[in-house]
Amino acid sequence: MAPTPALFISFESLQIFFAGLIELIGFGESFKWLATLLAGISISFLIINVMVMATAFYTWFERRMIARFQVRRGPNRNGPFGMLQPFADVLKLIMKEDTIPDEADKPVFTLAPIALLAPTLMIMIVIPFGTFIDDQAFLSNLNIGILFIVGVTSVNSIAIFMAGWASRNKYAILGSMRGAAMLISYEIPMALGITSVLILSGSLAMTEIVSSQSVWFILVMPMGFFVFMAASTAEMSRTPFDQIEAESELGSGYNTEYSGIKFAVLFLAEFMAPLVTAAVVTTLFLGGSRGFDFLPGGIWFALKMFIIIFVLLWFRSTWPRLRIDQIMGFAWKTLFGLGLFNIFLVALEFSLADQFGGLASDKVSLTPKYMLIIGAINWIITIAIILIMANVVGRKKYTRPEPTPSPLANMGIKES
Amino acid sequence: MATIRTEPVTINLGPQHPSTHGVFRLRVTFDGEKIVDLEPVFGYLHRGTEKLAESRNYVQIVTLTDRMDYVASMSNNLAYVRTVEKLSDIKVPERAQYIRVISVELQRIASHLMATGFLLNDLGALATPLVYCFRERERILDLFEMLCGARITLSYMRPGGVFQDAPEEFWGSLNTLISDFPSYLDELESLITTNEIVLARTIGVGLLSDAQAIDSGVTGPMLRASSVKWDLRKANPYEIYDRVNFDVPIGSSGDTYDRYYVRLQEMRESIKIISQCIEQIEPGPVRTETPFFIRPPIGEAYSSVEGPKGELGFYMVSDGGISPYRFKVRAPSFINLTPLRDMITGWKMGDLIIILGSIDIVLGEVDR
Amino acid sequence: MYGLGLFKGLGVTMKNLVSPSRQFNIVQYPNRRASPFDLAKVDNQNPVSFIATHPLKTLRSLLGLETITDRMPQHANFRGEEFAWYDRRCTGCASCAKYCPLGIIKIVTGTSGVNQQEGQSYDIDVFDIDIGRCMFCGLCVEACPYDALHMGSGFEEGKYRRSDLVINIDQLKSAEKKPSTWFRPQLTSRGHDPIKGSTADWEEVGRHEKPSLEDQSERWAKR
Repeated sequence: MAPTPALFISFESLQIFFAGLIELIGFGESFKWLATLLAGISISFLIINVMVMATAFYTWFERRMIARFQVRRGPNRNGPFGMLQPFADVLKLIMKEDTIPDEADKPVFTLAPIALLAPTLMIMIVIPFGTFIDDQAFLSNLNIGILFIVGVTSVNSIAIFMAGWASRNKYAILGSMRGAAMLISYEIPMALGITSVLILSGSLAMTEIVSSQSVWFILVMPMGFFVFMAASTAEMSRTPFDQIEAESELGSGYNTEYSGIKFAVLFLAEFMAPLVTAAVVTTLFLGGSRGFDFLPGGIWFALKMFIIIFVLLWFRSTWPRLRIDQIMGFAWKTLFGLGLFNIFLVALEFSLADQFGGLASDKVSLTPKYMLIIGAINWIITIAIILIMANVVGRKKYTRPEPTPSPLANMGIKES
Repeated sequence: MATIRTEPVTINLGPQHPSTHGVFRLRVTFDGEKIVDLEPVFGYLHRGTEKLAESRNYVQIVTLTDRMDYVASMSNNLAYVRTVEKLSDIKVPERAQYIRVISVELQRIASHLMATGFLLNDLGALATPLVYCFRERERILDLFEMLCGARITLSYMRPGGVFQDAPEEFWGSLNTLISDFPSYLDELESLITTNEIVLARTIGVGLLSDAQAIDSGVTGPMLRASSVKWDLRKANPYEIYDRVNFDVPIGSSGDTYDRYYVRLQEMRESIKIISQCIEQIEPGPVRTETPFFIRPPIGEAYSSVEGPKGELGFYMVSDGGISPYRFKVRAPSFINLTPLRDMITGWKMGDLIIILGSIDIVLGEVDR
Repeated sequence: MYGLGLFKGLGVTMKNLVSPSRQFNIVQYPNRRASPFDLAKVDNQNPVSFIATHPLKTLRSLLGLETITDRMPQHANFRGEEFAWYDRRCTGCASCAKYCPLGIIKIVTGTSGVNQQEGQSYDIDVFDIDIGRCMFCGLCVEACPYDALHMGSGFEEGKYRRSDLVINIDQLKSAEKKPSTWFRPQLTSRGHDPIKGSTADWEEVGRHEKPSLEDQSERWAKR
């Protein structure tokens, strides 16, 4: 796929534009770095603004949606359908006093919100949104795109621990300790889920992963999708894995002591996480911007993101939260095993398909026909595993004995 | 090799904490996430109800009892007026007894709905089951508004009956409510009872054995969850409970799940009792004429009812005057907190919250 | 089957999301956004003609600038705080003040200059109800032997100062009388409903029917 420098949000096109501008002014070849710098600055400016606005509307959407699930109305006073509510919230938070506890570690306390927000924004750089012309990421084709995502997300746990530790608050420390333990555990199933994608796509670049999905990977390996989805839900600490700020247990968790603009930044990062996760899941498993031709790719991408976000909200508004040891157990005992098994399965099938000549013309991915065959096998295996686990685990654990009245105090009750 | 030294952390859970159901304080010592010691501290909502009652006359005290267990005022009213009737030997008309039983059972449903909703909120279900429970509770409060003009602090009962008969439209609304209610409970059950996360969180957590429960004086749904079949409505039938047919649901092991499930089944039994009362009730007077200022003979009386939280009893000593000489409340929430430390020690932070939530305390009653 | 319960729960929340009959009975107190249809309903017009005749109002309501009041439907028995007191019925016996658990009713009576021989011997000088401390138990209403004091129906009595919360005799006299039917079955039997805005005169709120002139004359004649 040849990069077309037609659209302004591509990194190359910006670079070319600024280089032309510099030449026009009269600087020579030696100022080429300036063009790169300017292009980078404009890209980050764009990403920060677009993402902050998107998150603002996402918070509105989440509050409205959860309110509807809870048969309430949600914010509906500010602006049409209450859409200006996030701006009112941000305005309020900015105007509040920005307190730092006396005993807090001030530099770390101040840095933590930034350390939490920055990686979340950075992930968006490598997502190929599918412009209206071709599958371009913002930062062009970063050829290690998915590795970049795995690396950058692990900064989150450090940021959460910074926030909790620097607050000098027992609740905050408990929350961030849980966060550190949980986030590190769930990195592994997440990486395993990604690995199985990589086997099929044969490339680390996000655009390549999208272009290799002639059949969506969710159809090819449902187990990998489940592992990745569960792990990333835990990574952004949403129900049923929201141990980091379990509000009924810890008050507010790691952000207990935060107020004002710092709290706004923490919350921005927290509400940006579902958007980012939805974007990554869409790219890895739902075929990115691929879709039918009557709509442009960008709109398909947004639609798929919306579906993922809605499902996450649905889970959030329905399920209670698991206990911390159960969450860790789920990561290590269930997801880890499932992820490894999924990799083994996909690798085996891939090599078998290779033997039978199922490789596509680019020599790294499979043809749609073989993908569908692998998918059928994987679905059968997944359903079998679900049935076996459901019946074995369910029967053993949760059958209640018939209640019998205690002999200690059966005091003269006349049976009706 | 040097080992890293760890030490237990003491956290003051409350009095301002989202999950202590009021101004309740727990001084908890944690070893990591595990609880090694716990000391409940209460009294932040102490209003001196028992002392205040000694300077009020017998009808005015009804308004004080409303404010003890403020999610189940009707049961408090009943327990109190029954004690006054026992003390001064007042007969209650039959229709008044039926209306009392209907309103008390409605109040039991409302209270149990709230307990269930907040237990699920403590489990972290983002208030969805809580809002569903409140939606149904709201309809019961609407009925109370028809009945007595208030929704929470009802002051409905008087020594010698209830202060006025239910209006015509009350019976129609009550009938639609009890015909709708089983389906609500089914819906709530399919949201909660079979949910594997709820099961994993609650089964086996916070065990309270039957012997331990009896030793600590625990009553109500908490006692019945520990598989002790003890219900004052059956064991010592008051009002017209001997004329209605109902079961006493018990739990199998006495864990948090049982405490939730017993409450859910009790709501179904309450619906049964109400529908039988509607069939049996007949027109008639609802209040015996009592003097403006009741002056009971010198003596003492204790009377108790099966409230939503447990055995709610009042003890009064009369010196022949217009107000009691001594007034004492046996508050079930307070006594149910007795085995708290044994139940919680050894469990984790998340379990602490749900065990406390499953006891269903109301701080207005604990501190009085 | 293990795991099925989770999806059952998802089904319940989805059912509550989509089915309108399971929605909370939401009252957006004190007012809510009005759609053009709501405005047409208020104006008693059909929506099409309303939109045709009031384009500006329609536009404003679509922008969310038009509001209509929205209140919780109450029962006539509701014990509200705007007490209805009838000075023509009150004798100043202070039963209400004695029966109030908090002692917040203050009554001062003095001898009246007029008609002393016919029995109207007292004037009520002070009748203060401190609703800032009132808990609306209604015992004062229950105690009133002449049906002079009634619970009110409203609840919007927020004030900036505590002293403003004391209702004095002039306010009680001049207030619009919308007595609650709480402990006043005679009002219910007359179809009185304060929530729908019906007011009651002092002659109507009594427990007993006032005898008609013929009645009175007959009785006098029998004597």
